Amino acid sequence: MSVTIPPVVEMEHISKSFPGVKALDDVRFSVFPGEVHVLLGENGAGKSTLMKILSGVYTKDSGEIRIAGDPVELHNVKDAMHQGIRIIYQELNLLNNLTVAENIFIGEEPRTRGIIDWKKMFTESQKLLDGLNLSIDAHQKVSELPVGQQQMVEVAHAVSKEAKVIVMDEPTSALSSKEIKELFTTIRKLQKRGVGVVYISHRLEELLEIGDRVTVFRDGQYIGTRNVREEDGSIKIQLNDLITMMVGRSLDQQFPKVKFTPGEETLRIENLQTEEKLRGCSLSIRKGEILGLAGLMGAGRTELARAVIGADRITGGSVYRGGKRLRIRNPGDAIAQGIGYLPEDRKLHGLVLELDVAKNITLTGIKRIISAFCLSLKKERKEALNLVGELRIKTPSISQQVRYLSGGNQQKVVVAKWLFANSDILIFDEPTRGIDVGAKVEIYRLLNTLVEAGKTVMIISSELPEILGMCDRIAVMREGNIVKEFLRADATQDAILKYAIGAEA
Amino acid sequence: MQSGLKPEQEEKESLNNIQQKIQNSPETLNREGADREGADREGADREEMEPGFGMRLRRALGKVESIYTLIGLLLMCIVLSFMHPAFLSMRNFSNIFLQASINGILAIGITFVIISSGIDLSVGSILALSGIVTGNALSGGMPLAAAVIFGMLTGGACGLFNGLIITRFNMPPFIVTLGTMSIARGLALLSTNGGQIYGFDAKFLFIGQGKIAGVPMPVVILILLALLSSFILKYTRFGRYCYALGGNMETARLSGISPTLYLTLIYTLSGVTAGVAGIVLASRLSSAQPIAGISYELYAIAAAVIGGTSLAGGTGTVFGTIIGALIISVIRNGMNLLNVNSFLQQVVIGSVIILAVMIDSFRKRNRS
Repeated sequence: MSVTIPPVVEMEHISKSFPGVKALDDVRFSVFPGEVHVLLGENGAGKSTLMKILSGVYTKDSGEIRIAGDPVELHNVKDAMHQGIRIIYQELNLLNNLTVAENIFIGEEPRTRGIIDWKKMFTESQKLLDGLNLSIDAHQKVSELPVGQQQMVEVAHAVSKEAKVIVMDEPTSALSSKEIKELFTTIRKLQKRGVGVVYISHRLEELLEIGDRVTVFRDGQYIGTRNVREEDGSIKIQLNDLITMMVGRSLDQQFPKVKFTPGEETLRIENLQTEEKLRGCSLSIRKGEILGLAGLMGAGRTELARAVIGADRITGGSVYRGGKRLRIRNPGDAIAQGIGYLPEDRKLHGLVLELDVAKNITLTGIKRIISAFCLSLKKERKEALNLVGELRIKTPSISQQVRYLSGGNQQKVVVAKWLFANSDILIFDEPTRGIDVGAKVEIYRLLNTLVEAGKTVMIISSELPEILGMCDRIAVMREGNIVKEFLRADATQDAILKYAIGAEA
Repeated sequence: MQSGLKPEQEEKESLNNIQQKIQNSPETLNREGADREGADREGADREEMEPGFGMRLRRALGKVESIYTLIGLLLMCIVLSFMHPAFLSMRNFSNIFLQASINGILAIGITFVIISSGIDLSVGSILALSGIVTGNALSGGMPLAAAVIFGMLTGGACGLFNGLIITRFNMPPFIVTLGTMSIARGLALLSTNGGQIYGFDAKFLFIGQGKIAGVPMPVVILILLALLSSFILKYTRFGRYCYALGGNMETARLSGISPTLYLTLIYTLSGVTAGVAGIVLASRLSSAQPIAGISYELYAIAAAVIGGTSLAGGTGTVFGTIIGALIISVIRNGMNLLNVNSFLQQVVIGSVIILAVMIDSFRKRNRS
């Protein structure tokens, strides 16, 4: 790479705060034309925040952004688009019931005398798709395409508007290994056209394959930038260095795992099936242990949890508790059996944001505060205050709407809710997603406390370090099946990943 | 609950609490402040614990959902009392309340529906059908109490129909209740062949025209229903579930609340209150009319919305709704006193509805 060309994007001394959190603290970042620059860091490190500033979604508190050497102010998404900056989010932003061509040209449909020129739109889109070597028909509806191809439509959409820089936020999280290869081929094509690519990921193996440079963020701070390859193209970077840069401390400190002796079996799942996803899953969990459920996004982990608690209909199989077969037809039945599910998306599925802390806590176990057909608000306050103190939930009062709490404290409210409902089997789906690194450790300590108190805990997580750090036993799911179980001692990141992507044997 | 309290005592205490909530005096807040100190062992929010008087007042005001609506109502009354001497008279006030009573009763049911993030367009027609059914029953010789209950059950059955179709077939409430609006109106017209029913005896007419201690019966009914439904919303599981379902249906479902059951109950309740309104109106007019209550649903929804119940669901109070109904009534009354053209009145009321929602959304934006 020639150094004389100015970077297409330079960001310097960027800071950004949200209420209660300093998301970015004086960070810098740059991209050269034709470069793939990987932005690496754990959840909450500030990667996405920086990219949202670059794409105009957030405005920076301070710092400078230069595009092709000229300082710019990006006030909104339009400004950023105007500068040739495109972002492809983890969650795809496509209109599923429109055709590929319509999606590519959305908002900028070719027109002759005010009327949409459909023919031109379809031929231009097809040309664009063919130019990227994608075997996608521009006439097809987006909903008919597999996820991987939908992602390519996003890429084509981004490229259609003279993009100088394309930001991809965890583009591979929902893709199969074959689809990932196709994506990489497309990225290389973009590189040849001189487009700068920012690639956000926390998967180290992808970085070796596609990256030119890598920058690491941690807790909203810039840690460092490294070249991935030597001049001759051989891999230069040491993965261990990167991990140290990302984590900044040893695994023991980050995961305060306490070991207990496992007791009797509390929950057994046999041959569980659903129409959509599960192809016969069996599992057994014992008291005093933490079971981890690993796998790629879409492997069926969340679906397994939802099937167990009766949120989705099961088409076969059964759930046993202490040897007794359970009839669970809806979440209410599961709650009555002491099974609690703490969903991945707390705001959408775990909390009622309009209600205050106390009311969220008592929602599931509301029977406990009823006497003579009425709610005892006095008892509600007392119980809620107890749990708020016990779990050290930071809130100005229990009458505070949960919408104003931080992610970590919201998660604690969800935990409090299930404790109040007297659940003793707790299934955590991505327990630390969107939570500050510091607060994560607190959640892990909480998991220990729960196990110590005799609860049974299962964790669904996409973060392998978390699974490896906290779980006694690890089950790996792929395509609706449980394909492998590991004991903590035998599990490694590599081995789990191999089973998760189907590359074992 | 502490064992020492008898249920009746507890209930009385709870009723006191409602009143406290309605007034939401600074003392209530102080008590919360005390609790907060208990919660905050870490002292994370020191400054929150010792707010100045202005801050405390502002917070107290901000906490009453419908405080701005109440202030708006009072301002309106003050202005009108200067503009027309008759406005402040006891008789006129009794009139305003009387005018607000039918709308208020309908709006109470609607408040439950809107809190659960639904909508009910059928209440105006259900009102007419229930009135007709009650009238028919009375002229057929049914005893008063039975006829009234029959009328309420008719309303309840219409609401149940709404609820079952919405939950069982997963249909949008807007469409289902729009359909029921036409069905119920059609049934009311069919059953009397478009005519009206009159010639009721004095006992029935007491419901709409009588007075207790000088207060018109419809107002008494409105106040009783408002107190009862405020109590239900705040102190029963059903009430709490209304907020939870409206705030976040999926969270509620995963928390073991059956949306099917509770939404059906909520629409049934709205049908019953519409039935009550129909009976009161028939009695007040001394006749049951199949064309009664046309477009009343819109004013009931307006009352709820002016009173701070968000169409997005999850928030709202019956107290606010009653204030909303009173505002509509005061505007009408005031404009009548001032001889404002009745066509213009519609324009004004429409503008107030939009203004109220605008103020509410500004408040929300400021908070976040």
